[in-house]
Amino acid sequence: MKVALSWLREFAPDIDGDPVELSEALSALGLTVEDMTLIGDIVDGVVLAKVLDLRPHPSADKIQLVDVDAGDGQARQVCCGAFNMAVGDLIPFATPGTVMPDGLKIQQRKMRGEVSAGMCCSGAELGLNDDHEGILVLNDRVVPGAELGMDVAAAIGAEPDVLWDLEVNANRPDAMSVAGVARDLAAALGVDFSFGDYRVADSSAADEDVNELLNVEILDPTLCGRFVATVLRGVTVGTSPQWMADRLRLAGMRPLNSIVDISNYVMLELGQPNHTFDLATIPNGRLRVRRAVPGEKLTTLDGLERELTANDGVITNESDEIVSLAGVMGGATTEISEHTTDVLLEMAWWDPPTISRTVKRLNLVSEASSRFRRGVDWGENVDRSMRRFIQLAAELGITAVRGFVDVAGDTPDRASLAVRSAKINGLLGTELSAAEMAGYLSSIGFGADVVVADGGAEDLAVTIPTWRWDTETETDVAEEVARLHGYENIVRTVPRGELPGGLTDYQARRRLVRQVLVGCGCDETFPMPFLAPGDLLKAGLVDNGVPLSNPLVAEQSVLRTSLLPGQLKAIAYNQSHRNADVRFFEIGHVYLPPPTDQLLPDEREHLAVALAGEEAPQAVAVLDLLERDLGLPNVVLRSASPPGLHATRSAEVIVAGSARGVVGEVDPVVLENYGVAGPVAWLELNLGELLSGPRRRRKYSPVSKYPSSDIDLAFEVPDEVTAAAVESSLRKAAQALLTEIKLFDVYRGEGLPADTRSLAYRLRFQAHDRTLTDVEVADVRQACIDVVTSRPGVSLRA
Amino acid sequence: MIETLRQTAVEAKARLAEAGDLDALAELDVEFLGKKSAVTLAKRQLGSLDPDERRTAGQAVNEIRAEIETAVESARDRLAQAARDLQLASERLDLTEFRNQARRGSLHLVTQSRDRLEDVFVGMGFTVAEGPEVESAWYNFEALNIPEWHPARGSFDTIFVDLGEPEEVMLRSHTSPVQIRTMENQKPPIYIVAPGRTFRTDTADATHLPAFNQIEGLVVDRGITMGDLAGTIDEFVHTFFGGGVESRLRPSYFPFTEPSAEFDISRADGSWLELGGCGMVHPNVLRNCGIDPDEWQGFAFGFGIDRLAVMRHELDDIRELVNNDVRFLRQF
Repeated sequence: MKVALSWLREFAPDIDGDPVELSEALSALGLTVEDMTLIGDIVDGVVLAKVLDLRPHPSADKIQLVDVDAGDGQARQVCCGAFNMAVGDLIPFATPGTVMPDGLKIQQRKMRGEVSAGMCCSGAELGLNDDHEGILVLNDRVVPGAELGMDVAAAIGAEPDVLWDLEVNANRPDAMSVAGVARDLAAALGVDFSFGDYRVADSSAADEDVNELLNVEILDPTLCGRFVATVLRGVTVGTSPQWMADRLRLAGMRPLNSIVDISNYVMLELGQPNHTFDLATIPNGRLRVRRAVPGEKLTTLDGLERELTANDGVITNESDEIVSLAGVMGGATTEISEHTTDVLLEMAWWDPPTISRTVKRLNLVSEASSRFRRGVDWGENVDRSMRRFIQLAAELGITAVRGFVDVAGDTPDRASLAVRSAKINGLLGTELSAAEMAGYLSSIGFGADVVVADGGAEDLAVTIPTWRWDTETETDVAEEVARLHGYENIVRTVPRGELPGGLTDYQARRRLVRQVLVGCGCDETFPMPFLAPGDLLKAGLVDNGVPLSNPLVAEQSVLRTSLLPGQLKAIAYNQSHRNADVRFFEIGHVYLPPPTDQLLPDEREHLAVALAGEEAPQAVAVLDLLERDLGLPNVVLRSASPPGLHATRSAEVIVAGSARGVVGEVDPVVLENYGVAGPVAWLELNLGELLSGPRRRRKYSPVSKYPSSDIDLAFEVPDEVTAAAVESSLRKAAQALLTEIKLFDVYRGEGLPADTRSLAYRLRFQAHDRTLTDVEVADVRQACIDVVTSRPGVSLRA
Repeated sequence: MIETLRQTAVEAKARLAEAGDLDALAELDVEFLGKKSAVTLAKRQLGSLDPDERRTAGQAVNEIRAEIETAVESARDRLAQAARDLQLASERLDLTEFRNQARRGSLHLVTQSRDRLEDVFVGMGFTVAEGPEVESAWYNFEALNIPEWHPARGSFDTIFVDLGEPEEVMLRSHTSPVQIRTMENQKPPIYIVAPGRTFRTDTADATHLPAFNQIEGLVVDRGITMGDLAGTIDEFVHTFFGGGVESRLRPSYFPFTEPSAEFDISRADGSWLELGGCGMVHPNVLRNCGIDPDEWQGFAFGFGIDRLAVMRHELDDIRELVNNDVRFLRQF
């Protein structure tokens, strides 16, 4: 919402002060200043001049030569790039020596060989408007008595002004108008605020009674709270006066023609959107207000045919044909045109949720609908806006008939609201008296009377004004008190809960996971969780990602079910930037399709580790470190071929009997699909389950004081027998005497049968109560050999 | 005899001083102190002397022997030291050759910022709550007092998920659903912060990402006031940004808080930077979670995590946070 200081002053003439301080005051009211522009502050040296002659530049097409008289009766030649002026026009002329607002200093110089002794100025160059196209022609704008050579500011009576661009929140329909902003600012500054009277003298048309011309019926009172209309006679569509066009431009609207401009002007000024019909297109002046029947259609002003739903509000004619989409956009058939002589002027109050739904469905945001959906004023402001429209139209010779048609539907209840002053103070942390609160509230037009409650406490009876549709409750009233009291005047305190703060066990252990992985040299990555269609298939995974309804781009249109695609993309990206061997990890959510009877996806937090240029054993090593530091109980690798992973170099990770993820290497085909140079070692765990699951108890185990004995054993083991199985046999045979076991060599090749490898173990034996004898060690060694070689195909290596 | 011995000692000391290695030293040791050495022979001959002479001569022989022994030890020390010097010299290392060999990984910038925020709030008595990233309209909007028709819904630029009825399931557009889930599952008093990923239909550019991170705070307790809100934000700002940074609240509007505010922090040049939104929890929100707004009051606040990281490290392109380029990741 753009508002000019000069316009605000029409409602509160005493608003004054440093523009920056006024900006602060607006922001402190919740009318956040997004931008402030000082306008009409024309630099010294720009004078009123007259065009004496125009002729082509002998050696340039895009500039012409202009002779101007800047008050001394002499013809000064300047080169000018604009062609919109005529001989005799009055224009602003920057004399040599003038420093323009952008810092440019005007000097006499030659352009393509021709002297240029100054500059003809556009509105934008002077900071008067945003028109860069042509020279600002001042013929109609000079004040009486203006002379050539006079400062332009004086010649056109320009006053310095301030333009603010305000962010208006959804709960402030009133501040979508100049008057509403003025009301707030006047209250904050403690100055008077009032509306104009906007009465016009009776005209010839006033002999006609509006009720003989118009007949309006509201068939659905939940749709339309109020419908006010009248008829304007003698309409000619022309151009608006300069002052109105200037103000509309300042407010960011383009002047179009006199009727549209008045309509916009009234809406900007008083916040009441309004609509004009060509009366000739409304048979018998009869209008009906109802909701649309699903499937009904209307061609709107923009020429598009709209199919309507049962929510949409419509205005129909006496034949029940739709002539307007209520509060959103008029119909094409009743639009005013150059032939229009009589206009039906309508101002209404539409149910905000209804308008909101229509606006959203049709994506038809307009200045009018954005006001209606917030809730415009259904009270006196409608009548005032009617009078203002008629007053402005009267300046163009347009006259209104006598009276308004005024039909009522349902409007919000504005009965007196009981407000407890203790509740307000309790919410805000203030110690305001009921009278102080009443003072704040009445300064912005709320009705507020101090009443003495049963216990003697002073409370308030508050009447919320009709321009505050969104304001309904005691809490809403508290906000108004806080706003006017000033948020900065609320004393700051710090509450202390009874319970201590802290991370949950899960959160603390997740941080530990990160530290372990960082210790492994892994960099934490953070890809977005979106995939392209087909990404899952490319990764060898089930193509069951949940799609988005309104993705920004196809590459980000599916939710991931695994961290694998994102990590492969990250590796491919880095490899393409000559960083081949990256070690990455990620902790993030994956989203599996919802289980039956559930609306939301099965969302899980996963951990992935991707080691580019490394093989499966490195991923196992990372898992082992996590097992140790997290105290994971009974971690087992179960041979498996998880989707997307290398069929013979991967396993499922089983923790305390439950599957928690996969470890191994990414399938070479998948790597190829993603353009990744392999191998890539991979670990993906369901972190949510892993960290919520059981944990190994770390109970003290005494350290033996007796010497230990080491023996080495090597076995020939067929490939189908896992090292884990051999180790398990060794532990079973050695029982309590075994204190350490280490697989120190794995050998395949010469001297061994195919599909067989040698596994060499170093075993350390030790007792807690004695030094083991050679005989004991020999016995346990033999037991180990016996148990291991009892497995089919396993033999002791000599 | 003694005189000859003294000469021998002088010779021994001179030759020991010049012994070049331990072998030469061993030979000299034998020559001057061994069984056939002049000193040993002289000692043996003492028995042939008369008692008085024997005593005097014996003393002299012992002194000379001790003198030679000392010289041998000092030669041994000298040679051992030389050997050690040689050894050390041969083991010389230029340690600067070994810098930056071991590489620890790095935590992502967002994690670092999030951890730091969590730690500050934990210190202020908050616990950390989390929730799903895919949410229903109830948690993302309706329970937060944003009915289906509300204009504010449009301002969230929500990314919807193709599940359920149209616009029924979405990627959460703020972390506020965690407030609702917490209040549904936990009776007041509640002091939580909820950090996490949030989503909007923002095309990725230097200052926007469709997936970004927020942290939100919620306090519900008896007698919580707007003064408590302003004080808590102030305490956070001082702790997180440092003592010189001030905070202020400006009126604003959110459907789920009333009164609502934006909060700003002061910059070194005296201007203010808008950091986030906050307000007193709307009574409808409390009611939606089964909490009586006449018994309990609360406040909530929220702001972006990524932006703090961007500010702290002067990033000029927020997309770096999701590009996963090691040349970026390893800077932090």
